[in-house]
Amino acid sequence: MSQVRVLVGTRKGAFVLTADGRRDKWEVSGPHFAGWEMYHVKGSPADPDRLYASQSSGWFGQLIQRSDDGGKTWYQPGTPPEETPAPGPPNAASNRFVYDASDETGKPLTTHQWYDGTQHPWEFKRVWHLEPALTDPETVYAGVEDAAIFRSTDGGKNWKELSGLRGHGTGPKWQPGAGGMCLHTIILDPGNPQRMWVAISAAGAFRTDDAGKTWRPINRGLYSKYIPNPTAEVGHCVHHVAMNPSRPGVLFMQKHWDVMRSDDAGDSWQEISGNLPTDFGFVIDVHAHEPETVYVVPIKSDSEHFVPDGKLRVFRSRTGGNEWEALTNGLPQRDCYVNVLRDAMAVDSLDQCGVYFGTSGGQVYASADAGDRWAPIVRDLPPVLSVEVQTLA
Amino acid sequence: MIRVILPQHLRALAHAASEVTLDVEGAATLRSVLDALEARYPMLRGTIRDQVTEQRRPFLRFFACEEDLSHEPPDAALPAVVSSGAEPLLIIGAIAGG
Repeated sequence: MSQVRVLVGTRKGAFVLTADGRRDKWEVSGPHFAGWEMYHVKGSPADPDRLYASQSSGWFGQLIQRSDDGGKTWYQPGTPPEETPAPGPPNAASNRFVYDASDETGKPLTTHQWYDGTQHPWEFKRVWHLEPALTDPETVYAGVEDAAIFRSTDGGKNWKELSGLRGHGTGPKWQPGAGGMCLHTIILDPGNPQRMWVAISAAGAFRTDDAGKTWRPINRGLYSKYIPNPTAEVGHCVHHVAMNPSRPGVLFMQKHWDVMRSDDAGDSWQEISGNLPTDFGFVIDVHAHEPETVYVVPIKSDSEHFVPDGKLRVFRSRTGGNEWEALTNGLPQRDCYVNVLRDAMAVDSLDQCGVYFGTSGGQVYASADAGDRWAPIVRDLPPVLSVEVQTLA
Repeated sequence: MIRVILPQHLRALAHAASEVTLDVEGAATLRSVLDALEARYPMLRGTIRDQVTEQRRPFLRFFACEEDLSHEPPDAALPAVVSSGAEPLLIIGAIAGG
């Protein structure tokens, strides 16, 4: 029987939740890396036992962890504990994220806009998102704060910036959102290995069509009334972007305010907020088999980061947006004031699509029937930062 | 032989005991001790000093003989009792955060 493995990153460690295809009885493993902030944990589509995790701390900085056995054991790439270190300088480059400052490609990549409008140098802070390549378990992309994208082709041992993103020209206009200036979304096109999308708070969405060498902003149609030019080429606080792999030209976006869709790979966007109670939010995801079925969790506002009216509701559109229905069965409908962060929702690919999300209150909810009914897998984890799911044969 | 006491999270990361012992070539300084520590436990690279700037992470401090050595030049000689192993060098994480 099929299995699912849910990978949960929290403020105080990572957890691995497993169940068979019925998804009604769960085993919880963890905390892994207890006490550390685990921004993201994700498995390789090419090798489900290969997991990558972003581990960070205000005290000790950024680390990358890797598992080759589905999360049972972990090590920092390049420094397995059983390996005797080679003589010479330490070889632990797996957490070395150095912005490109080379004359050839890095020279113009100097500053971005700071909160007060002045220019500020790029400073590496942490890895928000790890995106393993679709066909090669050794290749993985990292979205970092301050915003940039890095790639490793040796299983996370060494990282190199794809500097064309910061260097394409608009970098000095990017600015941090409240959570920092983070590159939080990386989407790989399953039909075109040259194409990928990223999103940055607060800069917007960007696309490459040459495997990361050059990039361009794709924000036409976004309207952000809180910036001086609401339709500017960059400066939009995009919270998350999602795509159904069977239809890579169609993208769904949860912006700071507004839910959007694009039918031309991001060249233009249309608002699809429709009848949502509020169009502020962080997560957005797409059903595994129904590319017009979209999920969001509306949040009251950017000054009150919790769900409206004390009710935790996932909203589903089966029409690609605009018409939304509240999914409440099994979710708390009173006295609930949690948030659901941008990387904290995922879908499995079983015949009956499962949907999962984690909250700032430490609950991870699962639905084995595309959102009709929900139940908590766990209720009392630390605040959840990210949720990913693997569907295992 | 130099004795170094690590904070709990770094012990876990290095699969090491609270106190580790290191052989340091030449004069014992903060830089040479940290170099030796990172050579022995490469998984600690970047956790005590920033990978790029090599600056001490701001929430960590170095103490020995009840003295704060955090602001000493990295190439200044450590106290003789640390160099001899009579006293440990303590790496301490700030008591802060939630």
